[in-house]
Amino acid sequence: MLRPLLNLCGLSLIAFGLLALLQTPARAELTIEITGAGANRIPLAIADFGGEPGLSRAITSVVRGDLERSGLFKMIDSGGAALTEASAPIYGDWKARGADALAAGSISASGDGRQEARFRLFDVNKQGVLAGSAFVTSTPMLRAAGHRIADAIYEKLIGEPGVFSTRIAYVVRGGAGRYELQIADADGQNAQAALISREPIISPTWSPDGSRLAYVSFENKKPVIFVHSLATGRRVVVANFKGSNSAPAWSPDGNKLAVVLSKDGGSQIFTVNADGSGVRRLTTSSGISTEPCFSPDGQFLYFTSDQGGSPQIYRIGVNGNDTQRVTFDGTYNVTPRISPDGRSMAFISRRDGSFRLAAMDLSSKQVQILTDSHKDESPSFAPNGRMILIATEMGGRGVLSAVSVDGRVKQRLSVSAGDVREPAWGPFARQAK
Amino acid sequence: MKQKQTKFRVFFAAIFAALIAGCSSTPSGPEQEGAPVESRGGTPGSGVAGVATVTAGGVDSRGLPAVLTDAKSILSKRSVYFDYDSFEVKAEYKDLVTAHAKFLADNRQFKMLIQGNTDERGSREYNLALGQKRADAIKKMLALLGAREEQLESVSLGEEKPKNEGQNEAAWAENRRGDMLYTGEF
Repeated sequence: MLRPLLNLCGLSLIAFGLLALLQTPARAELTIEITGAGANRIPLAIADFGGEPGLSRAITSVVRGDLERSGLFKMIDSGGAALTEASAPIYGDWKARGADALAAGSISASGDGRQEARFRLFDVNKQGVLAGSAFVTSTPMLRAAGHRIADAIYEKLIGEPGVFSTRIAYVVRGGAGRYELQIADADGQNAQAALISREPIISPTWSPDGSRLAYVSFENKKPVIFVHSLATGRRVVVANFKGSNSAPAWSPDGNKLAVVLSKDGGSQIFTVNADGSGVRRLTTSSGISTEPCFSPDGQFLYFTSDQGGSPQIYRIGVNGNDTQRVTFDGTYNVTPRISPDGRSMAFISRRDGSFRLAAMDLSSKQVQILTDSHKDESPSFAPNGRMILIATEMGGRGVLSAVSVDGRVKQRLSVSAGDVREPAWGPFARQAK
Repeated sequence: MKQKQTKFRVFFAAIFAALIAGCSSTPSGPEQEGAPVESRGGTPGSGVAGVATVTAGGVDSRGLPAVLTDAKSILSKRSVYFDYDSFEVKAEYKDLVTAHAKFLADNRQFKMLIQGNTDERGSREYNLALGQKRADAIKKMLALLGAREEQLESVSLGEEKPKNEGQNEAAWAENRRGDMLYTGEF
């Protein structure tokens, strides 16, 4: 009885997905507003893509939206100029409009029922081609093709990979007793629920390959750690020991998790294989040790502990020795997250009674407070290290905010009905060639 | 009534086609029981980005003896409140904890789940650890007063299940709390 229902659900979901994508603009689940921008933005024009009007309009708006939201570009009005990747731009005209770079492209049927999206990026000042690519795509994947074009333009102009093709996870609390763990594209579109529960869900974190999420669910009236495969919905209980099980963190190779268990008394950090086997205790501090986070080289774990009297951030070797205190300023420094290059640490610091996102340069130990908000929580780095996604509060409601590591660019992501919290930025997508 | 509830649950499961396995209503043992529980749900391959939706199951509830629920019985009171940044069971809760310890000593078939809670300020995971300290303090006192270790499990809900959702000192004071739940209530 269950099986036909499942199939029916699957079909209607696919049909709904197609329908939603054919209608432009797609329904926004998360809305993103830019509330701050970079100091030296690159003036960039993106001409309207050529090809079938509906499809080309959709892809143009994805590319423009992505690049504009990054806060690193000043978008120059293309004035509806008809231009494709095959055209020879009149550089003087674009220079006069103030553009330093110009992108143009088109979308066309590739013959096998799919579409080919092509683009070219021009350097207006040097009057030459900077980059160009073609992506074969299908109508449902049109937005994905747009994100890949935006990634290519971003990488060429900024010099580091773009994150427009990545996904984010977050928890929406929609009234009492309804929690949804949602996965959305980095632009907030295509939100889908991975888990719906009547009890809280916290601390989602992506496996390094982006296929699974580890999180803490309270569905059994206590915190239990699950690993959830997104494509299949298969869930594995990784830690359900007597007491509390929380704060999962993936090792960089994706084989292990650092977790916090209270089974031996107090809250201490253990490591466990991703299938729940091989539990090993790591910390033996007095008091609390929690919020572990691996360094990208897998050699250290950063964590929060009250062993010195107030919650501060410490570092321990993965073999359990060489504990060092990392934070010293203030009486409340928690939730360490290490940047993908291993050079800086995002964390939450209480300053004048407010909980604010901070970043520490790990070599100079210099700390910069990045926000002026009151209830920042749960930082996570974008995989290129440029932005930090956090949960914060605005008008009594939970919203997500992305803040650049220099504190200049700020974006706010909110859901119209509900509290959003516990964000986690996913890794780079693995792209099939 | 019970049957109706069960029917409803089955119906619920069919609709969402994705109940997880192994929703035990008793505290788990000192180690994980057997192999990790696996569950499948959702509709593989559905949706554009390939995310299958799973609906989490709940926990059954059972009848309790009147002595635990009758408003005139001290045992119907289950909450211990804590001061800010404190994990000490205050003197005013001594009688309450003693009564529960005695009940557990006299009724070895009963188990208790002690849930520690905190106010909403600060990190969710750090608060989870603080709530654990509160639950552990209550557990320790119950054990000293006659309850057996195997009857007790202390866990934390951190700041996730506030009794009062207000953002003021009165609300926060209500949320700095440990709750004692008996078998059938969790």
